[in-house]
Amino acid sequence: MATKSKANKPVTVKDVFKNKFTPYTLLNPDGTLNGPAPDLSPEQLQAMHRVMVEARVFDERAVNLQRQGRLGTFAPLSGQEAAQVGSAFALRKTDWLFPSYREHAACALHGQPWLDILKYWGGNEDGSRVPDDVNIFPVAIPIATQIIHAVGAAWAAKIQGKDDATLVFFGDGGTSEGDFHEGLNFAGVFKTATVFLCQNNFYAISLPRESQTSSESIAQKAISYGIEGIQVDGNDVLAMYQMTKEAFDRGRAGEGPTLIEAQTYRYGPHTTADDPTRYRDSAEVDQWKERDPIERLKNYMISQSIWDDGKEEALWEDVRAQMAKVVEDYEALPERPVEEIFKYTFEEMPWHLEEQLAELKDFIAEYGNPNEGHH
Amino acid sequence: MPHLTLIQAVNDALHLAMKHDDRVVVLGEDVGENGGVFRATEGLHDTFGEDRVVDTPLAEGAILGAAIGMAAYGIRPIPEIQFTGFMPMVFDHMVSHASRLRWRTRGRFTCPLVLRAPYGSGIHAPEHHSESHEAYYMHTPGLKVVVPSNPYDAKGLLISAIKDPNPVLFFEPKRIYRAIRQEVPEEIYEIPLGKAAVVNEGTDVTVITFGSMTHMAKEAITRASEQGISAELIDLRTVWPLDIDTISTSVAKTGRCVIVQEAPRAASFSSEILTLIHEKVFDSLQAPVERVAGFDTPMPYYRMENYYLPNANRILAGINNVLNF
Ligand SMILES: Cc1ncc(C[n+]2csc(CCOP(=O)(O)OP(=O)(O)O)c2C)c(N)n1
Repeated sequence: MATKSKANKPVTVKDVFKNKFTPYTLLNPDGTLNGPAPDLSPEQLQAMHRVMVEARVFDERAVNLQRQGRLGTFAPLSGQEAAQVGSAFALRKTDWLFPSYREHAACALHGQPWLDILKYWGGNEDGSRVPDDVNIFPVAIPIATQIIHAVGAAWAAKIQGKDDATLVFFGDGGTSEGDFHEGLNFAGVFKTATVFLCQNNFYAISLPRESQTSSESIAQKAISYGIEGIQVDGNDVLAMYQMTKEAFDRGRAGEGPTLIEAQTYRYGPHTTADDPTRYRDSAEVDQWKERDPIERLKNYMISQSIWDDGKEEALWEDVRAQMAKVVEDYEALPERPVEEIFKYTFEEMPWHLEEQLAELKDFIAEYGNPNEGHH
Repeated sequence: MPHLTLIQAVNDALHLAMKHDDRVVVLGEDVGENGGVFRATEGLHDTFGEDRVVDTPLAEGAILGAAIGMAAYGIRPIPEIQFTGFMPMVFDHMVSHASRLRWRTRGRFTCPLVLRAPYGSGIHAPEHHSESHEAYYMHTPGLKVVVPSNPYDAKGLLISAIKDPNPVLFFEPKRIYRAIRQEVPEEIYEIPLGKAAVVNEGTDVTVITFGSMTHMAKEAITRASEQGISAELIDLRTVWPLDIDTISTSVAKTGRCVIVQEAPRAASFSSEILTLIHEKVFDSLQAPVERVAGFDTPMPYYRMENYYLPNANRILAGINNVLNF
């Protein structure tokens, strides 16, 4: 029988949930440390820095290509490099990455060639075909659907007795979809080694984070599912690395999943089809630029005497040349045969697709290529 | 009379419907201050306020689920789904509840709502932004499916859909959102649901389509007429329940028919039209009916979508096939 407490009052959420989440930071904007540095060699820090710069330059090039009509709608990531690179740096090669559509930096770091990423946005299905030794799921356009897939993959690893983990990205908007809640719940029940990485960039297209959910934080949503949750400064690549690494360690040890809320910001539009001046101030953008993730890591490396302005300049120049080559290769890609539309629908092509493919080929033979204005 | 694009006509219809009926509420992702990603709801938020023009959290299932509750309670919700590619998230509530609330409750509760969503290809966006999903909803008893092909119809059909006591899916052809301008009356007017438009009268062959494919078909029948072929073009406007009289009368007259759609052909719009033609006017047919459609594959990414989509050449070839039978 329950003993009566002195004042018989119901326990409410407010009683249980007294503390607020605050974003965990290791690296201050000026490059000084707030705590113990993660166990990363100078080469590893430089590698992180390089991918972040690659992503920044890639973004610029892709947006320009889109503006010139040489690329389809594109989702830029500038500003969110640390949230992606810090977390993905904690992946082992055999771990699986589940992006949404803005995780170009994380994907490049985990082994997807930049050219493939560009192909995807250029309307070429080959861009969704990662190399055989790269475990990255394809871009998930329907928001939050990838969350459950990541749980399934981690669960499968567990069933097979392997300690592979999965890392899944989504935005603050994605936390409103049922798939987010169902995914966290499954992962909690089956104790999968999944890291749920919410890049809270404070907007879902035009909708500000406060209108997305009445929760004070995204991180606290973990409580409902009995899993670990944490809020991290998403523009701090070291904190992102450290927190993700620890989450993976727990997951691999059978202690279950973690929800990480990485607070960050996208400098650009939601996609090239979006006009952010309709819903946010440029002053807000400027404020976030003062906490730029790339600058922050650079300042830190300089303070550690493992980097200098000369190296920084040489790096940017090298990356610009690298991305120029990526664009050049992209533009030199030949038009693909129409079989590509039909192949892979099933493992073997059924009769009706054989027929339809033959029909299409006949049309092209008779009327020419519809991509060349013959229609 | 103002010359409006299709998207402006949709916007105009929404303004008027909200002005004339204060039960009308618009809800969806980015429909408020942002005016919708295609600007269909531009200005509504300023005019009617945030209680009637609601930016929702990002959850399509909840948008339609909530709209069902609203509709039953007495509001006239107009949920917007950003792209038909995200309609699968809505499917459960649409198929399990919106479509059959009236039937299940013997008319005690009804579900008068209009779900608007841009459909079809042609904007160079990534995967899931180009789908034509009409067949799923034709197959679901209790739903009306409406697809305008021009600004004038878009306004009149949307007004009718909002007044209709049944759940209506209103799919907007986004590739021609801004492609054509047309004189559109300023006042409120209705185009009845379930009535097709005979866009062009002809005697040799009937071409049946709807939405953006109407324009491809127009181009094809113009070229056919240069070859001396007289083609009748029917724009269904309401895809389901459809105007069987117009179809039957036309096919009985011409004896030949070509059906055009963007969607894959298996178990589709054209499958149903073809079946109906066989059931209603088989005796008048002088040739097998031709289908000009997308292929039974996922819609390719944008670079190859022109191979996939019906175009005037393919429609013209279809016309010639039925004539040369
Ligand atoms: C199921 C679904 N609904 C709507 C969309 C259209 N859409 C694309 S991105 C987006 C906002 C996503 O915001 P958030 O989850 O915060 O991620 P962010 O883009 O900010 O990284 C919306 C509504 C979609 N892709 N999928």
